[in-house]
Amino acid sequence: MVGIPSRHKSLVLLAGVIVLQVLLLAVQIKRDSQGRLLRVWTVGAVSPFQRAGVYGVGHLRDTWHHYFALQNTSRDNEQLRRENDTLKMQITQLQSKAAEADRLAMLLNFHKSHENVPMIGARVIGASAGTASQTIDLDRGERDGIRRNMGVITPDGVVGKVVEAYQNTSQVLLLTDKDSGVGAMLADSRIQSPVGGTGEPLLVMKYVANDDTVNAGERVVTSGMDRIFPRDLPVGTVAEIKPGNPFKMIRVRPAANLERLEEVIVLLTLRPLELKKAPEPVNPQSSATQSPAANAAGQAAVAKP
Amino acid sequence: MNDDTFDLRISESHIEVHKFHTGAIFATLVLALFIQAFVPVYFPKVAILDLPLLITVYFGLSRRNPSTGLLLGMAIGLVQDSLSGPTVPLGLYGIAKTVIGYLASSIGARLDTEHPAARFALTALFFGLHQGIIVLTRRILLAQPEPWFNLHLAIGAGVNAIVAVFLFLLLDRLRKPS
Repeated sequence: MVGIPSRHKSLVLLAGVIVLQVLLLAVQIKRDSQGRLLRVWTVGAVSPFQRAGVYGVGHLRDTWHHYFALQNTSRDNEQLRRENDTLKMQITQLQSKAAEADRLAMLLNFHKSHENVPMIGARVIGASAGTASQTIDLDRGERDGIRRNMGVITPDGVVGKVVEAYQNTSQVLLLTDKDSGVGAMLADSRIQSPVGGTGEPLLVMKYVANDDTVNAGERVVTSGMDRIFPRDLPVGTVAEIKPGNPFKMIRVRPAANLERLEEVIVLLTLRPLELKKAPEPVNPQSSATQSPAANAAGQAAVAKP
Repeated sequence: MNDDTFDLRISESHIEVHKFHTGAIFATLVLALFIQAFVPVYFPKVAILDLPLLITVYFGLSRRNPSTGLLLGMAIGLVQDSLSGPTVPLGLYGIAKTVIGYLASSIGARLDTEHPAARFALTALFFGLHQGIIVLTRRILLAQPEPWFNLHLAIGAGVNAIVAVFLFLLLDRLRKPS
């Protein structure tokens, strides 16, 4: 047998190894096999290390991020806090503007639905300085056509009446003032009685006889008897009813939010008005039910301030 | 060839064969394969490195024994094939690294490859050759179209050559003192 020279041994080995691997490739192609066994062994040997590596890297990363890489956290926190404050302020401003837009839209709708009634929108610019009276100041006055005793309302209901008109501003006595009053009636039973303020948030309906039936939650609307407000404007709802002598003590929750007024409508007329209103089912009994005492009190309320 | 350090004298040059600490080669191979299979999970750009190739080249150049070099290259290549998923047939990297292992050992036996510039140039050369063999194998044996060379591979050659310079200096510390 002819021996291979030692300097060619590595070359022969190279050729042999390459041929073997080419055969391995050929076998894989021919049998469409992927040498699964060798792969399984190799992957099986390596995967525990990979798993350990992933576990270790995960812990290292957590440790780094949560303990060591915090040098910018304080700065980021401060910046985020500032951004948060700014955004909160912007949200508050936007909410305020949205609420104002809603209110103005309501005023506009009210104005459109009562185009025959001369009215003007006004912004509340101040309130009474003490607790002795319940008044608000408006940014419109005589120059805009506002005069004393004109009615002031919101789309929700009656607010009060103008007690003083200046050149550019005016003062309104709210319904809740103890000297205030409005000719009113119960919407369902049509029982008439003035509603006045007591200096507290709730109003009082004073002259309803004990025999008359009044239900809590019943709507109270203007009667038009005071010649300031047109009929059927919302005044409030009955909140409490107590028997009294000789009249019931009825407390009324104002329909308009008198504690948070920002825009109001001033009715620019001193003549009795009729507002358009949606047709309501007429209660034949109620229209006739009007106590004589209430009639007298209604007139009294008109003359009161 | 035994594991003891000895000198080769070819054309008046003085070439030293290096010996490594016990288990150093095996541990380095395992570590290189592990890093190659693991690190790109977190840093995908690291995949441009071919650490098994660099290890093959380094130990080929250092050991300077063609038989050992080619067998080492074959083993590394086949393991790399196994870890590369079913789209890479067993033998693709095996053949390429067998040839690289043989050539690196043969060149290492004839030239002084300790200088960083020589290591840089040889690594870039071997990277290109390695890619050429893979393309050849794919085209001829597997009938799979593959570009011979492109910008990505050119960058790969440069990056691998630069990394090789520093990696080889690190691996030099595993050598037994002569």
